[in-house]
Amino acid sequence: MGKKIHVSTTINGEAVEFLCEARQSLLEVLRDTLALTGAKEGCNNGNCGACTILFNGAPVDSCLVLAVESEGAEIETVESIATEGHLHPLQECFLEGAALQCGICTPGFLVSAKALLAENPDPTEEEIRFELSGNLCRCTGYDKIIRAVQAASGRMKEVN
Amino acid sequence: MADTYKNSQVIKDPDDNYKTIGTRPIRHDGVDKVTGRAIYGNDVKLQGLIEGAILRSPVAHARILSIDTSVAEALPGVFAVATSADLPEAGDKIADLGEGPVNLAHLSANCLARDKVFYKGQAVAAVAASNVHVAREALELIEVEYEPLPVLTWVLDAMKEDAPILHEELRTNQMGKKGESPTNICDHLHFEQGDPDEAFEKAHLVVEKEFKTQTVHQGYIEPHVATAHWNQDGHLTIWASTQGSFSARDQTAETLALPTSKVKVIPCEIGGGFGGKIPIYLEPVAAVLSKKSGRPVKIQMTRDGVFEGTGPTPASFMRVKVGVDESGKITAAEAWLAYESGGFPGGVIGPGCMCVFSCYDIENARVDGFDVCVNKPWTKAYRAPGSTHVAFAIESVVDEIASRLEMDPIELRLLNAAKEGTKRVDGPVYPRIGLVETLEAAKNHDHYNAPLEGPWRGRGMASGFWFNIGLKSAVTAHVNNDGTVTLLEGSTDIGGTRTSIAMQLAETLGIAAEDINPKVADTDSVGYTDITGGSRVTFATGLAAIEAGKDIISQMKERAARLWECEPADVEFAEALFSRGDDSISFSDLCAKLSNTGGLITARASVDPQGFTNGFAVHICDVEVDPETGKVDILRYTALQDAGKAIHPSYVEGQLQGGSVQGIGWALNEEYLFDDEGKMLNPTMLDYRMPTALDVPMIDTVIIEVPNPSHPFGVRGVGEPPIIPPPPAIANAIKNATGLRMTELPMSPPRIFAALRNMENGSSGEQEL
Repeated sequence: MGKKIHVSTTINGEAVEFLCEARQSLLEVLRDTLALTGAKEGCNNGNCGACTILFNGAPVDSCLVLAVESEGAEIETVESIATEGHLHPLQECFLEGAALQCGICTPGFLVSAKALLAENPDPTEEEIRFELSGNLCRCTGYDKIIRAVQAASGRMKEVN
Repeated sequence: MADTYKNSQVIKDPDDNYKTIGTRPIRHDGVDKVTGRAIYGNDVKLQGLIEGAILRSPVAHARILSIDTSVAEALPGVFAVATSADLPEAGDKIADLGEGPVNLAHLSANCLARDKVFYKGQAVAAVAASNVHVAREALELIEVEYEPLPVLTWVLDAMKEDAPILHEELRTNQMGKKGESPTNICDHLHFEQGDPDEAFEKAHLVVEKEFKTQTVHQGYIEPHVATAHWNQDGHLTIWASTQGSFSARDQTAETLALPTSKVKVIPCEIGGGFGGKIPIYLEPVAAVLSKKSGRPVKIQMTRDGVFEGTGPTPASFMRVKVGVDESGKITAAEAWLAYESGGFPGGVIGPGCMCVFSCYDIENARVDGFDVCVNKPWTKAYRAPGSTHVAFAIESVVDEIASRLEMDPIELRLLNAAKEGTKRVDGPVYPRIGLVETLEAAKNHDHYNAPLEGPWRGRGMASGFWFNIGLKSAVTAHVNNDGTVTLLEGSTDIGGTRTSIAMQLAETLGIAAEDINPKVADTDSVGYTDITGGSRVTFATGLAAIEAGKDIISQMKERAARLWECEPADVEFAEALFSRGDDSISFSDLCAKLSNTGGLITARASVDPQGFTNGFAVHICDVEVDPETGKVDILRYTALQDAGKAIHPSYVEGQLQGGSVQGIGWALNEEYLFDDEGKMLNPTMLDYRMPTALDVPMIDTVIIEVPNPSHPFGVRGVGEPPIIPPPPAIANAIKNATGLRMTELPMSPPRIFAALRNMENGSSGEQEL
């Protein structure tokens, strides 16, 4: 093992520096080094989407990003979705609509759905299903997740 | 806004009049789970924590000649290496560990193999190191010498007289009698009532078919994970992702030959289980690594480790035969069922045998079931274990009978439906059940009566049965002086049961669900509670909460009596108000006086209820088959179920929807693909291919409430039935769409495509097994 590498990045709006090994994934550094355990590891090979984060605004599986690749990047995790003590409409609608059971996939769905609504504020059911098909949920059968995203879309339009 | 969430209907019991039950409060653990703050098994951080990894067998059947760990131990950063030599010899002890009897030698050898490996992926050794990367490097330095043995990958091959033997000491258990010679058949179960042979002879129509299903995984998104700290004082603490903290404690204590009192399990949030997180795999391994290293050790399985090294549900072969008279009344039925138990004895054939004919009232029936060892992972419970297999068989045969008699399939089922007083072939007589009501609701549902037009489209329906269970549960409730109640419960919460239990206490006390603060407690902090499984928690732990609520009321009546200088028996309680004559005081006002009238109140209850009653599901689905590819699309899906009473309807709907989609995945795509050497070819989620959001439609639900007379609020349990009907409902829809009778799961594009080609070439439309 060589020396650790120094990385400067922005996470949830704050400048962050960390040291990592070249082989460490961004997911690993977020969880183990920076204590941001909201992103979950379900497969570690980009299949399940439980570790989804926003990387320069785009949803990505953080298990597939090497930590060193985040030099200079803007990263947002599930921990940043609620602001100033208030839940985001997506979070409210997931709770009101019982869109989670065990909850392990929920952070990934919330991040993917946030990216979707930023791009497309009024998606159809089919568009939501397509955009969220990289996130696996084994508990809900997806019904209530799709409906929660639809409800959040409506609520965000009301606010704007 | 509320309508956005709705595609469900609740057919209520007209007599109920509840305040909290039947409402949809926000779950108590909700905010933590949508903000990423909830602590799951892999989120545990401890001082000095190191990480472990598991070495798994690369072969499916072999004798282990030697294991050399010396090079691995010398790698910088490695703290400890463990093999089965570090676990106590288990002997041949059978222990009841909460999910039925377990052979401890098998449990231990499944955590770390002893002299043989019985499936590819079985754990052989483990390393703890400064981080998981170093631990995995060290695994590659462990030298294991294997002597390969012949591999069995199919149940019928393993049953042959001259089959290679997995366990030399195994003898068939035939209804209590032991066989004499070595075999792979662990159990032969036999149930019979009436005279099926004579009844078949007299039958107007007999349909017999053979069916096959493949190995399928529960597919929870969170891999198994455990953290252990073996303290210098001899106390072992485990942070676990488990469906049963007490079961995990007892399994760990037995495997390590420790007194129960020295082991504490702290249940973390659990990222799905579906039966797969009842057995232990990592806990004793992390414990011995912790003992050897003096550090807390966390091990999380890799995803291929989960597929290959944990317990899926078995592949099966089934033959089912049903005879009817002219009216469609079933007069005789017979089932021959062979399920794979995997590398060790003890699969799910028992419930398979008991479920196969349980939706029907059949006078003459015979069931033979076989539990058979093969060189595949040791099979375990998966949502309604054993029932989905047999439902695929029986519900397909019944559908075939309906079509040959030109009867509506729901009418045929209503004619034969099990009801109160019907005796099941395995003995029990049904109490009040809701199958007829559920079938009626399906018959009258808009979906069943809507037109379905277009080529390659068809509609199907099927029923499913699950026992539901009781088992032991405990809660402790602390009444606070502000009128709130802290509720400690032993049931780990996989899908919202904190809230469904809290709501039952809230209803009992007449207060709001939000005024109950439910917490899942560790094994040192609450009474013994069995696993979260069997669709039991809302029923049994709910009962414990109700009992604790009654105790709170009784203790608070004493306090009110003290205030009013009367006898406690004179105090009445209704709608959160204590009263005697003109005196009255609200629940919360009396709470404020507890400190000055003898101190705050604690109540607790431990229950072992026997009054659990069965659950039935009826599903309707529309499919479209693509003849070019063999792909089946679900156009519309409706799940109906008797819930007894839906405490929190949203989470009941969630069970129906989630179970349905698991069943759809099993029906259409999911399977372990093995090569001849027993190597799984698709141990990733993308290749195993569970349903994504894009694969399924909305799942409409109908909750029918036929109250369980043995529960104060009528709860039956709902988690398991919804996975059962999808495979046969979809098979029946495919039959209607194409004329093909599919008899093997999954009904994946290659299988449908091949069967369609066969039919074009003049075969009968019967899939060839």
